Order: sequence, then C-alpha cells, then structure tokens
Amino acid sequence: MQSFCRAMATYLEFIQQNEERDGVRFSWNVWPSSRLEATRMVVPLACLLTPLKERLDLPPVQYEPVLCSRPTCKAVLNPLCQVDYRAKLWACNFCFQRNQFPPAYAGISEVNQPAELMPQFSTIEYIVQRGPQTPLIFLYVVDTCLEEEDLQALKESLQMSLSLLPPDALVGLITFGRMVQVHELSCEGISKSYVFRGTKDLAAKQIQDMLGLSRPAVPMQQGRPLQTPEQPVISSRFLQPVHKIDMNLTDLLGELQRDPWPVTQGKRPLRSTGVALSIAVGLLEGTFPNTGARIMLFTGGPPTQGPGMVVGDELKTPIRSWHDIEKDNARFMKKATKHYETLANRSAANGHCIDIYACALDQTGLLEMKCCANLTGGHMVMGDSFNTSLFKQTFQRVFSKGYNGEFRMAFGANLDVKTSRELKIAGAIGPCISLNAKGPCVSENELGIGGTSQWKICSLDPSTTLAIYFEVVNQHNAPIPQGGRGAVQFVTQYQHSSTQRRIRVTTIARNWADAQTQLQHIEAAFDQEAAAVLMARLGVYRAESEEGPDVLRWLDRQLIRLCQKFGQYNKDDPNSFRLSESFSLYPQFIFHLRRSPFLQVFNNSPDESSYYRHHFARQDLTQSLIMIQPILYAYSFHGPPEPVLLDSSSILPDRILLMDTFFQIVIYLGETIAQWQKAGYQDMPEYENFKHLLQAPLDDAQEILQTRFPMPRYIHTEHGGSQARFLLSKVNPSQTHNNLYAWGQESGAPILTDDVSLQVFMDHLKKLAVSSAS
Amino acid sequence: MSVNQQAHTGPPYGQPQPGYQGYQQPAYGGQSLPGVPQSQYGAYNGPMPGYQQPVPPQGYFPSLGFPSKGSPVSLNSDTSSLAPNFIGSLRAPPTSGAPPPASGASHPSGHLAYSQFEHGDVQNGIPASAAPMQRPPASQPFLPGSAPTPVSQISTFQQYGPPPASVQQLRNHMAGMTIGSTAASAPPPAGLGYGVGPSSYPPTTGAPRPPAMPGPPLPGQTVAGPPPSSQPNHVSSPPPPSSMAGLHPGPPMSGLHGPPPPTHPPQPGYQMQQNGSFGQMRGPQPNYGGAYPGAPNYGSPPGPPPPPKRLDPDSIPSPQLNELPPQQKPRHRIDPDAIPSPIQVIEDDRNNRGSEPFVTGVRGQVPPLVTTNFLVKDQGNASPRYIRCTSYNIPCTSDMAKQSQVPLAAVIKPLATLPPEETLPYLVDHGESGPVRCNRCKAYMCPFMQFIEGGRRFQCCFCSCVTEVPPHYFQHLDHTGKRVDFYDRPELSLGSYEFLATVDYCKNNKFPSPPAFIFMIDVSYNAVKSGLVRLICEELKSLLDYLPREGNMEESAIRVGFVTYNKVLHFYNVKSSLAQPQMMVVSDVADMFVPLLDGFLVNVNESRTVIASLLDQIPEMFADTRETETVFAPVIQAGLEALKAAECAGKLFIFHTSLPIAEAPGKLKNRDDRKLINTDKEKTLFQPQTSFYNNLAKDCVAQGCCVDLFLFPNQYLDVATLGVVPYQTGGSIYKYAYFQLETDQYRFLNDLRRDVQKEVGFDAVMRVRTSTGIRATDFFGAFYMSNTTDVEMAGLDCDKTITVEFKHDDKLSEDSGALLQCALLYTSCAGQRRLRIHNLSLNCCTQLADLYRNCETDTLINYLAKYAYRGVLSSPVKTVRDALINQCAQILACYRKNCASPSSAGQLILPECMKLLPVYLNCVLKSDVLQPGPEVTTDDRAYIRQLVTSMDVAETNVFFYPRLLPLTKADVDSDSLPAAIRNSEERLSKGDIYLLENGLNVFVWVGVSVQQGLIQNLFGVSSFSQISNALSTLPVMENPFSKKVRSIVDMIQGQRSRYMKLIIVKQEDKLEMLFKHFLVEDKSLSGGASYVDFLCHMHKEIRQLLS
Repeated sequence: MQSFCRAMATYLEFIQQNEERDGVRFSWNVWPSSRLEATRMVVPLACLLTPLKERLDLPPVQYEPVLCSRPTCKAVLNPLCQVDYRAKLWACNFCFQRNQFPPAYAGISEVNQPAELMPQFSTIEYIVQRGPQTPLIFLYVVDTCLEEEDLQALKESLQMSLSLLPPDALVGLITFGRMVQVHELSCEGISKSYVFRGTKDLAAKQIQDMLGLSRPAVPMQQGRPLQTPEQPVISSRFLQPVHKIDMNLTDLLGELQRDPWPVTQGKRPLRSTGVALSIAVGLLEGTFPNTGARIMLFTGGPPTQGPGMVVGDELKTPIRSWHDIEKDNARFMKKATKHYETLANRSAANGHCIDIYACALDQTGLLEMKCCANLTGGHMVMGDSFNTSLFKQTFQRVFSKGYNGEFRMAFGANLDVKTSRELKIAGAIGPCISLNAKGPCVSENELGIGGTSQWKICSLDPSTTLAIYFEVVNQHNAPIPQGGRGAVQFVTQYQHSSTQRRIRVTTIARNWADAQTQLQHIEAAFDQEAAAVLMARLGVYRAESEEGPDVLRWLDRQLIRLCQKFGQYNKDDPNSFRLSESFSLYPQFIFHLRRSPFLQVFNNSPDESSYYRHHFARQDLTQSLIMIQPILYAYSFHGPPEPVLLDSSSILPDRILLMDTFFQIVIYLGETIAQWQKAGYQDMPEYENFKHLLQAPLDDAQEILQTRFPMPRYIHTEHGGSQARFLLSKVNPSQTHNNLYAWGQESGAPILTDDVSLQVFMDHLKKLAVSSAS
Repeated sequence: MSVNQQAHTGPPYGQPQPGYQGYQQPAYGGQSLPGVPQSQYGAYNGPMPGYQQPVPPQGYFPSLGFPSKGSPVSLNSDTSSLAPNFIGSLRAPPTSGAPPPASGASHPSGHLAYSQFEHGDVQNGIPASAAPMQRPPASQPFLPGSAPTPVSQISTFQQYGPPPASVQQLRNHMAGMTIGSTAASAPPPAGLGYGVGPSSYPPTTGAPRPPAMPGPPLPGQTVAGPPPSSQPNHVSSPPPPSSMAGLHPGPPMSGLHGPPPPTHPPQPGYQMQQNGSFGQMRGPQPNYGGAYPGAPNYGSPPGPPPPPKRLDPDSIPSPQLNELPPQQKPRHRIDPDAIPSPIQVIEDDRNNRGSEPFVTGVRGQVPPLVTTNFLVKDQGNASPRYIRCTSYNIPCTSDMAKQSQVPLAAVIKPLATLPPEETLPYLVDHGESGPVRCNRCKAYMCPFMQFIEGGRRFQCCFCSCVTEVPPHYFQHLDHTGKRVDFYDRPELSLGSYEFLATVDYCKNNKFPSPPAFIFMIDVSYNAVKSGLVRLICEELKSLLDYLPREGNMEESAIRVGFVTYNKVLHFYNVKSSLAQPQMMVVSDVADMFVPLLDGFLVNVNESRTVIASLLDQIPEMFADTRETETVFAPVIQAGLEALKAAECAGKLFIFHTSLPIAEAPGKLKNRDDRKLINTDKEKTLFQPQTSFYNNLAKDCVAQGCCVDLFLFPNQYLDVATLGVVPYQTGGSIYKYAYFQLETDQYRFLNDLRRDVQKEVGFDAVMRVRTSTGIRATDFFGAFYMSNTTDVEMAGLDCDKTITVEFKHDDKLSEDSGALLQCALLYTSCAGQRRLRIHNLSLNCCTQLADLYRNCETDTLINYLAKYAYRGVLSSPVKTVRDALINQCAQILACYRKNCASPSSAGQLILPECMKLLPVYLNCVLKSDVLQPGPEVTTDDRAYIRQLVTSMDVAETNVFFYPRLLPLTKADVDSDSLPAAIRNSEERLSKGDIYLLENGLNVFVWVGVSVQQGLIQNLFGVSSFSQISNALSTLPVMENPFSKKVRSIVDMIQGQRSRYMKLIIVKQEDKLEMLFKHFLVEDKSLSGGASYVDFLCHMHKEIRQLLS
C-alpha cells in the first residue's frame, strides 16, 4: 500500500484512483491520530462509499470469502492481512486474530496468491451460493385517477416496461383510485381482481387473509437477509413470471380504465395511495419476504383519503405548503408521514424497495411519502405528467442495463462496516436503514443513521452512494506507531440482478498522522469535494428534522471554524486571509450549498424539497457536487466551449450558456444570440457556423440527458424568457439591483435578488475567520 | 258401500304410518311436513272410525237431502225449518246424529258421499238412521247403531275390523234409506255430478223425495240461490229458529267434509252468502223431524235469502265438546255434511255471481268470492282485485264495532294483475303542478270529491275541506252537479287510476333513474355441487331478455348486475366495451362496499356478449371450490351500496344455500331449538337473532333496495333472520329445501322466471286515507314503516298484499258512508314516478245485522291469520290461538245475541256471511305456524309466517283450505275442473285419484284400488306399486286422461303466484302422512281439531259468552 501512496504524484490522483478502484472518497486521506485532534479538524472523518461502483475490470470470483474466525469480527481476508504462507495462517488486520486458511487454500504461496490477497483487489466481489434463487419481483402500483392522456401514456410505459424485465421476473399489478384493486394475473378468461376500500388501513395479516394468501408465517430473519424462506411460494396468483403473462398483462393494462367514480366539481378525485401501498407491502411481505422486489408506485396526485391522506378532497383547500408546515397548519402531515414511515420500515425489513413516480403539476405528497423511497433505496421521480419524455425516459432507464448486459439494479444489500480499533462508526447517511448491529466498532456518537455497523439497502444501483461517518477514538496519550495505518472494510452482501447472491468487499487503509506535528500532511490530504458533500449530507440530514436557519447557522459555524483552523491569516485582518489549495474551493461549495434547494425551501414546495433531498442523499460525489454547485458552460464564437463561473457576470449577450444543475439542464441564449436566431441566420448557408454554435450545447445536453437518472428537466430558453429564471436563480448574484456600480454595465446580467453574492459571503467569512472575538 | 268406506278408512290409516318417516322430505314445497307421530296416528284412527260412521251420512248428502230427508225428516221434524237453512247454507248442520236430515240438506257436500253413492242410495238410507244415533255422549246409548264404531275409534286402524261392523250396520240403515230415498239414484248424480248439478237438482228438489223433506227446501234454496243476488244472503233472518234445531246431528262431526271448492258446478247454487247455520244436533235428532218441516222453508228461502245460519248447537254435547280434546273419541256426531261446507259456499257463489260482471258503481257492494271468476267493471270504486274488505258496511260508531268484534280491515293489493279483459288503470297527467289534491288532507282527486260553486271549488270527501280548483283543471258542471268532463277523466269516474308524479314526489327532488336488478349467487361448495350455480347461470342467459318493460317500450329500462359470493364477494364488470368480463373480489366483508361503478349495472342488450361470457364462466370458475362458508348480510349491503352508487332503486335476487357462519357482520348461529315449542320462548324462533338485519332493512328501504331471497337449504339456515330484509323491503322469499336438480329445477326456474318478470314498483310509499270517523291504525304485510301512516316498500310487486286495519276515532254517518283512498307512490320499471290511486266507498250502518250481512269471511280470515301470525312474534302461540278463538266466538256471539232470531241456546247460529268462519278459523289454528307437527321445521314455520303475511285473500283462502279435486271425475272432453270436494279423508275413494293444492304444493293422491288403466294412462306404469313417488312432474302420456290431468295441473299452477311442488302420494304410502296434513277438516296429527270438533268447541264458547 505504501508503494501506492508513493507512486501517487499528488493527492488528487490518489483520491481519484481510490475512487475508481474502491468507490470510496474520504474527507481526510491522512487521519489525525487522536480523538481530540480529530474533533478539531471540524470536518469529520468520513467517506462516501459507492458500494456497487461499476468496475469493468473486476470479474467476480466464484467462491466464498474467507472470514476471520473471531465471532465479533468476521472480517474478510484481504490484501492488508499478514499471511504466513508456510503455516497457512493469516492474521486479521482488524482484530489480529490468527486464522487457519481453509483446506481449499492448501496450495497457497507467495507466488500463488488468491485474488483477495493481491493489492489490486482491495475491492473484490464474490459470487456465493446461498439458498434458492428467487426471481426479481416488480409490483406495479398504479394510480387511475389520471387524466385520460396521462393514463394512456402511463399504460404505454408500463406495457413497454414488460419487455424490459427479465423474463423470469415476477410481476404484479395493483391499481388504485377510490378503491384499491389487486389484480390476479394467473386466471384465464375472466380477469380477476381483489378490491379494497381505500379508506381503511388493514394489517398485513388481514390483507393476506383477504387475498387468500394465508399460510404459516415465515419468521422474519432480519440479520440474514440472504437467506430465503425454505419454500418460496413462487405461485402467488398475484405475482406471475413475466414470460407467462405478458400478453395477459398487456391486455389488462390496455383495458385499464380511469377511476370511474365521479368527481364533482371543486373536488379532487379520491385517491387511496396510502392503502394501495399498504396492500402492496402486505402482499409482498406475505409472499416473498427477504427477496429482492420493487414496489413501483405511479401516482398522479396527492392521496386524498384513508390512511396516508395528505390533503382533503376539497379543491378549495390547497395542499400544505412550507408556510403551512411552519405554522403547524398541515393537518394531515404528521399522520400521513407516520403511515408511510411504518410502511417504509416494514418494506425495508423485508428487503423490498418502493419507487415513487409522481407526475402532476401540483404536489403529490412526496413530503409525506419520501421515506418510502428514502429508507428502501427506491427511486423517486417527479414530473409534470406521465405524458412527458422526462417520465418516459426516466422510467425506461430504471430498466437500463450496464456494460455487461446486466440490470443496473441490485437488491437487499447488507452493508457491514468493520474498522480497526482506533476508529468507530458514527453513522451513515443514504438510502438505507439501520440493522441495529451493535458491535465494538460502533460509536456512541451518532451522525446520521447510527448506532450500528450494518445497514440495509433494499435497492441500489452502481451509483448509489452512502456517506459513512467515523469517529477517531484513539486517545491522545496512546500514540500510534509510526507508519501505522487505520483500516476500514466494507462488506456488501446483495442480490445481483441476475438473482445471484454476491458479496463485495472493499478494504482500505489510510495513514495516521499526529495533527500537532504533521498537520500539513493532514491538510494536504484533505478532499474538499468529498468534505463538501459529506458536510452537505449532514446538513441536509439535519434539515429534515431541524429548522432551516439552524442548519444554516451550523453550516456557517463549521465553515468559520474550518477557516480558522486551516486558514492563514493575521488576526483581525481579513485581507490577510488565505486558504491552501486543498481548501480553496470549499467555502464556495458551502456558499452554493446554502443557496441550494436542499437547504432553502423558499420558492420550493415541500414536495420539491423532498425530491431534491432524496436524490442528494444517494448520488455519488460528482453528481452531488453538481447539485450543490451547478456547472455552467459557455458557447460562443470566441472560442471552444468552456466552463465559466456560476456567476451573473457569465451571462453575456453573445454567449449560449448550458447549465447543469442535475435536476435541470438549461440552455440559455444570450440576448444577441437570441436575436440572431429569431432572424433566422442559422438557416442561411453562409451562417452555418451559427447553426453549429446553436447545435453544440444541444448535443452536449443530449449527452447528459442520455446518462442521467432521473432524467433532468430540459429547459431551452433565452434572454428575457420566463424560463430563464432557472438560470438566474442559480448563478451567484454578483450583480444585482443593489450593487449600483454594476447596474447598467454592459457585462453580465443583474439579478433581482436580495441574496448575498459570493463576494459578500467571502468577505464576511474572512472577517469572521480572522476575528479574535469568535 | 261398506266396501268403499272401508277402503277409505282402512287403508289409509294403516299405511300412513309407515309413511311417516318418509314424509319429511316431501314437505311443503320443500319444507318438511307435517308428520304426526305415529302414536298420534294411532289415535287418529280411533276417531276416524267414528268418522266413518259419519260417512254414511255423507252418503246422504249425495242424495242430498231428498232422499235422506225422507227419513231424516222424521227425526228432525222440529228442526226442520232450521235445517233447511243450514242445509241451504251450510251443509252440515247438526253435530249430532241428525245426519239424515242434515245430509239431506247438505247434500251438496258429499263428494265422498258420491263415491259412496255409487254404492248407492243405500247409504243414504243408512246414514240417516245411524248417524243420528251416534250422537255423542248421549249418543252412546244411541250408539247401538253406530256406536260400535265410535268406540273403536281409539284403536288404531287395526281396528278396522270395527268399522266394517259399523258399516254393515250402516248398510242396514242404508237399506232403509234407500228405500226412503229412492231417489238414491239421484244422489249419485249429485256426487258425480256435481257437474251435473243443476239438472240433478231439480230432480232433487223435484222432490222425488220431497216428502222427505225438508230437504226440498234445500234444493229450493239452491234454486233460489242461483239467482244472482246472492247477497241477499243476508237474508238476515233466518228462518225459523226452530229449524235451527239443527238438523242433522251428528255423528258426522267427524265427518269429512269435503271437497274442494272450486269446481263444483252445480251446487244448487247455494248462495254462499246465506248464512250458514249448522245445526247441531244431538238433541236434534228428535228435532229432526221438526227440522224437516223446516225444509219447507227452504222452499221459501229460495228467494235469495236463506236464513242465517244456525247450527244446532245444543246438540253438541257440551261437556265433551268443551274439552275439545282433539282425539277424544266419542264426540257427538254431527253430520259432516250438515255443517257448512266451503265447497258448497264457493260453488254457490260461483254459480250466482260468476256470470255477470261485478260493477263497482254502487257503494258498499259485497263482491263475489275470490274463488269465483268474474269480471269487474270499474264505475267509481276500486276493483275487489285491488281492495277487499272484511265488511262492506261499517258500524257507525266505535261502540258498535267493539261490540261486534268484527275487525274492520281492507286487504289491498295495489299493483294486482288484472285479467286481460279488464283495463289497466289509466295514467293521468295533471301537468307540472302535479295531481290535484285537497289542501288539507292531501287526498287526491277522486270520484267522490264534490264540486261546488259552479265547479270553481271542490269539497274534499274525506275531510270536507274546500279547495280551489286550479285554473287549468276548471270545468263547468252539468245540471246534476257533475263536471261536464266527468267521463273523460278517469280520476272523476273510476275507482282506480294513476297520476304521473311530478318532481316534487321524487327523492331528492330528482326524477329517478330506471331501477336495476342485481343477481347475487352463492357459489359455495353446496351451491356448486348441487348444480344450482350452473342452473341459475344458464337460466339467466335467456331470462334477461324478459325483464319487465313498461307498456310499449322496446326494451326494458332495467339494468342488471351480477355478484357471486361465498365467504367473499365477487363483483363483475360487464361493461359492453370489454372483451371479457372482469371479476372484482371484495374480501373486506366487515365493511362492505362496491368496488366499481361503471360497468357493474348495464343494459342487457348492450352488454349481451359480455354477460353471456360471464354466465358461461361462473360455473367453471367455481367448479372446484372448497369453500363451504358463506356470508349474508354483506351480500345485501353490497347490493344496497351498488344501488346507492348508481342512485337508483332496484331489486336484489339472492340465491343462498346455508346459514351464514363466516366471520362477517350479520353472522348467525345455529339456534334452532325445537324444545322451545309450546313454551313462552317459542316466539324467539320467529324473531331474528340479531337486530342487525332490521337496521339493514331500514337502510335498504331508504334506498329502494328490494331483496328477493331464494333459499336452498340442506339444514337450518334461520329463515326468521335471513328473511328480515326481504320481508321489510317488500321482497319475496322462496325456499327449496334439499334442492335437487332433477326434481326441483323446474319449480325453481318457474318461480325465478315469474319473479323476474312480474310487474313491480320500486321505492314505494303507500298511504291510506279515510273519511273522518275512521282511520287506518294497523298494517300487515311485507314493508317497513318509519311512522304510523306511511307504508314504505323498497319494492312492491303485483303479488304483494297489505292488510290494513281501521279503527274508529269518531262517528260515521249512514248517509255519507265511509271512503277509503289508497295512494301508492312508486317508481315504475321504466323509472317513471307514479301515483296509483284506489278509491273505495263503503256503507255505514247503525244496525249490527247490516254489518253481519255484508261481511266477507275470506277477507276476515286473511286478516285474522296475519294478525295471529304477527302475534306469535310477541306472545306464546297458545295465547295467540286462544285470542283468535275468543275473538271469533265474540263475533258470532254478538250476532247470535243481536241479530239472530231467538232460538234455543243449544243451537249454533251463524251469520250467513260467516258460516265458514269456524272451519276456516280452525284451519288457521291448525296451520304449521300456530300448531306445528313434529316434522315441521323451525325454518318452515318462519317461512310460512312471512309468506302468509303478504298473501292476498285468494291465496290465504286456498292456503288454509286447500282445494281437493277428484281427477278421476274430470271430464276429459271439457275444459272445466272436476268439482272440488271437502278436505277430509272420508271423501276420498281408494278407487280414485285426487289432486290437492294449497298454493305451495300440489299433491296427486292415488288410491290403492285405482283402475290399472288409469294408472297406466297417467303414470305410464302398469301397476300401483310401480308408481314412483319421486316424480316431480307427471309423465307426458298421449292419452286423454293424462292430457286432462296435466292440463288441470298446469291450469292450477297458472293460478298461483308460485310454482307449486308436485308430490305424488300413493295411498298407504309413507308420504300419505304428509298429504293428510292438508285434509284440514280432519283431526290433524299435530293435535288440530277436526272441523266438527272445532265447531262444537266454538259453539260452546259462544254459549259461554252468551250466558
């Protein structure tokens, strides 16, 4: 490993390599060696882990991992372990237990090492045989209270999706409106469904009784999600292999009617989303516990009745806004949230994930339902209508396949984190739930979902990223020997989309350093991008439960403390303030984070906030950074496309701007460009270059659109266009109607806002950082 | 003769016993039956023998008085005068011996007699002598003659021996008689020939025997009778009291009476109306002689009015009678033929009144009996098909009414079906402002409204309030004060008509949508296994084309929906746009709802293919079901919710097989407990076990959701509870116990077809308005009442009848009479909101005699039965029975006291109009509800109780006094039915085949000695023993006899609202027990008194009241 480090020309490369190989980015790549010092670093020791990071060069091995024999450890044999080839022994690098190699390793030697001992396999994947393989399960839960057009589009999407599923996957259909219908797919001739009242919540047992599914209960085995029930009931009438019933189901979907119950004027349709989900969860719970399954909820509006209702059916009462919530005026919110949380937890406990595809112009209750997706690793997609490419393509992309022709989805993952003694695990933030595995390496201080060393991620894809926070527990007076390294092992057991059970093991190690004597090392090894995202996740996580301003204050304080700790300055002289290169971008990230919809609810509905936060908590570092600080490219005749500052000064008349905020792709034509386009120059042969200029950002945008999930909102606008607000709200308002000196100047576009600009923000930051008072 | 007699008695008894066990199955349409314990049976026999003796008398009858009279006369002499009356009116007067005379008088009765006739006149002779003697206690001495038999009675039939003996004696007598009767020959004709009737009569009267008799009188009466004016019956007074003396005494009591009502043609036209008096007789005998004299009276009576009735009462051996213990042996003998015969009464009315139309223009007219075929011409009063009253002359004061104890009630069948020759009520449209009504009492415009002030105002005939005539309705009056457009407007000239209702008469002020029919089929294991599900589905395919349509409409407006269920409910989407039906399962039975709106209720034509596909698939889908549990209340709730969702009224057809024990609202326990019978808790058997269904019914009514229930139980399923909703919503219950496809499907399908096709109104509210002085106080029938005046029915079909009781709240005046207006607001099958109005004007009287002269016993019985059947819900059955007896005794005593001419206390004198009251009342008392035999199940009783509550007068009439027709006497070449005979075993001849029907069952009874040829012709088998009693229909044979019999059966089936179960009963077979249960003039195995015994008992009661 040391060779690695030395080989790295810079930390940046090191970080990048590590990320590519292990899917891990730590906030600090050299660790402060004592608890006290660690806390003074302000940014916690933490990492972003992408457990299933796509690795083209990582063929899985077809055998079981070798585990440390100490029952409380059970770490997996890895390149960091010391091996005695002659005695056929290996020492666990976490607990130092000496273990005998299993018989199969008899032929082991220095020159004949198993893959897991080779340094380049710090991340390795095992395919294991455990229990019968159960096919994937897709349970569609479809809202029928849609406009005809929407329903038609949705039906088509669903029909199309059948061809994208693995042929042996089990598929089921629940539709709902005023009532909830569970469709039986096995019968021939007459189509049959079980109908439930949409106003009444039913216990899982009742649901199973009513569906005729009752059978001896299968005890829940939380700790061993890989284990399938002894005799999985493949033959549930409600879940049938796609290849057997795709014709039937296609017809059934085709005949799907809009909810027939009349909706009188001034009313919302009665939509029983809460019960529908409850039934979906109950159905899977009773038939396929601990099996990979997706419940896919398609809804076109807020739940308006029964448990989980978010708003009444009177149109004159609008759905809750942030304002209502602050005023404690959201009547149904708490109850509904509780309902969905209960469902999410049940579903997660069974390893089933819940996707929410909500398409409506108004809010649909994502705020209340968010936990369903958040806790189970499900997708959350928000759109205006099912009849948009945003939805259609996003939905299609759920079933997209990776480089090797496999679905980019995995199920029922169990992430187990092991640390060397100096570290403890404080918590994780991401689409997971705690498995409540208390162990010696679990910290008492929780950050995010803590109190455990294991989490369950019911559904994940190659980009799903968790933030995992650690605590250095080594005492100041127990120095770590020179050259000592701390190690962390991530063991992810999951059901691959091929239904194989797999285990991916990533073991990493970092050097310890004494912060008092080797602070430069630590400083140089700071990963400001990772740090920004990790801090942002903490902030967003807090924002879910705390008042917005408190979170901002906390963020600010952390930033100031960091600047105080790592800045170079003379006391009380703001102008003397400098940050080293490894910290230089960090304040700017935080500036944009403060303005981001993850922390600002102004101008966002509660649903939108939930939606943004949902994605922020699961995307990898790159995407997260884009979300925090959108990327802005400029296209002009003055040169090749270039990234430009996310600043109002970048908005120039002769430029085309392309902004990617992750959720939106905005193409903005500067004033002049827009006039040219209106004049039709692009159609004139002599101005073909203009045509190309216009085309360039479109092509680039297309590239982004092709790969992103969920598909971003695509906005094409121009100077003065109403949609230009998407751009204007994101750029740093360096020129506003307030700073007169900029007003009327030729360059840039003033922003009508009272928000502070980055400049002002930085000035304040410097002042505070150098202030001796704080 | 003797032979015959023996045959009757002997065989039946013996065999019956064996039959016993078997009979249960046969039970009433499916229900079980009347079996009586063997032991009883035995006892029974005892009596029988006694009866037989009576038989002889019958013999007389045949000959009818004449012949017998000869001899009788002598006896009666005293009574004679009376006798005639009786005879005329009743048949069998005297309880005691007097038979001869009686018989003479009564001759009408004797069917059995007829058979006997064959033997001959002889019989006549004999009876005469014998009968008298037998008289009861006293009679013992007499017995000598007949006595032997009586004694033997106790013994079981084994004792046959004795009978013969008696017979012989009889013969002897006969011999004597014969002589007397020369006419003997005459009798025969009578028997057979009732048909012959008239002709024969003449002869009789003619008097061959004249001498004999008093008899003549009878004839005379008859003759007289024929004359139309039966009404005259009132004849109030009866002939000389003396006659009362009861002619025929009676050994006969026990005697069978007979035969069926209907057909007898000829009866001399007794006028039913006339009073029936029975003579009783023991004492009579002596009197007899006297009585005869009476005969002459007859002659006089001929005039319309026969005297009131009087039986000779005294004769009844009081002591014993009182005790009435059913089986006591002795008993006085009253000649069964001498006591009033329903058959005769029916026959007389038919002859007197069947020929001319009944014109309703006159106030207070008593209509012909329900058993008479007559045409009605509406000239201002509602047809008796719509309304019948217990009395057409109402006492002016409540004191009078109380004194008489005659209930004032009207039996209303608002949507009754009319024969094709009569016109349906006209539909009147008064435009946007709706029907013209009285401002105060809201009565609707009717023929009795008085226009005044040149037609600018009208005075309400009910409350006298004066109301402005709306301008658009104004019309000038002619010189008589009648509006000029009198004849153009149905509401001014007719008793029944309809108004088109305006939106004000609609729920929520919205015109209703067309109603819907929802078919809800039990698909649990039992239903599937028995083939029921497949049968229903098959049938529905074609039946749906026959949904009720409004008048000239091309297709029915009614929409249909389908549900199947076991422990859960399955709804079907049969929307026309679907390629396949869709099934929607609702398992949440605890909280029922309808899972779909669109596509559940559909137009049959539009969704034809989808429906057909569904009906094809339902049996397949559930072919392998293992589900045995069912729910019930949720099924109704589902239908109710569906109608609610569709915002329409409608009807649920529920096909159900078992006690709903699955976990759900309205779940029931098996609480059948026969030990409760005859205890104070017996009433709980009739009460629902939970109030849940009452509440449900209320909801159903509010929505106009009518429930028709078809039950196919293999065991107890608590009809009392399941029936609550159908009952309170105006629906019907059909029950097919131990349903078997082969035997029961035809019956079930016929019922289903009729039920689906029949005319029905929905969401109905009925109010009965009356003129000041009386008001409707009580209502009986299948409906729900949320207040004290409005009868609410979710559905009301053409067979449903409501009985309304009136009480005085003030005085009435003779001048203005009393008016009834029954207004029924309902939604037609096409969804039109209408008001059907029936008006009826009655007379008022200050003389009790007028009241008694204008009563109608059939209606009275209808009321009393319903009253009693409701009483069992709250009181012990015994109390109810006693109350009935008591009330009738009071009625009759009041008559005796106030209207009848003075006579000896020993004489039983009945008002002519009520002379059948005792026999009918006895039938009510003996009915399964009030006196169940051991084989009658709790469900049967509850079923019948509810059934009777909605019956009209014709139905109760035949239900309580079944019609018994001698098939072998049928004239193969004519369309007519053979003359009915009285319901007594004595009247059966073992050489004949009989048909008995009561509206629920049809029995074909085959005597052991029936000619082989007949058996071959009818059953296609060569011998009696080969006849299978498993047959549910008669085999189709190409010969006149078979055709005739089948056409009779078909004709009878056609007359009833339900298809009756056909049961073949072979004499001496086990099933015969069941059959005998319906021979209501006999003592019943369950302890019911015989007619004669009961008559004696009534007499005693009356005497007690009088003294």
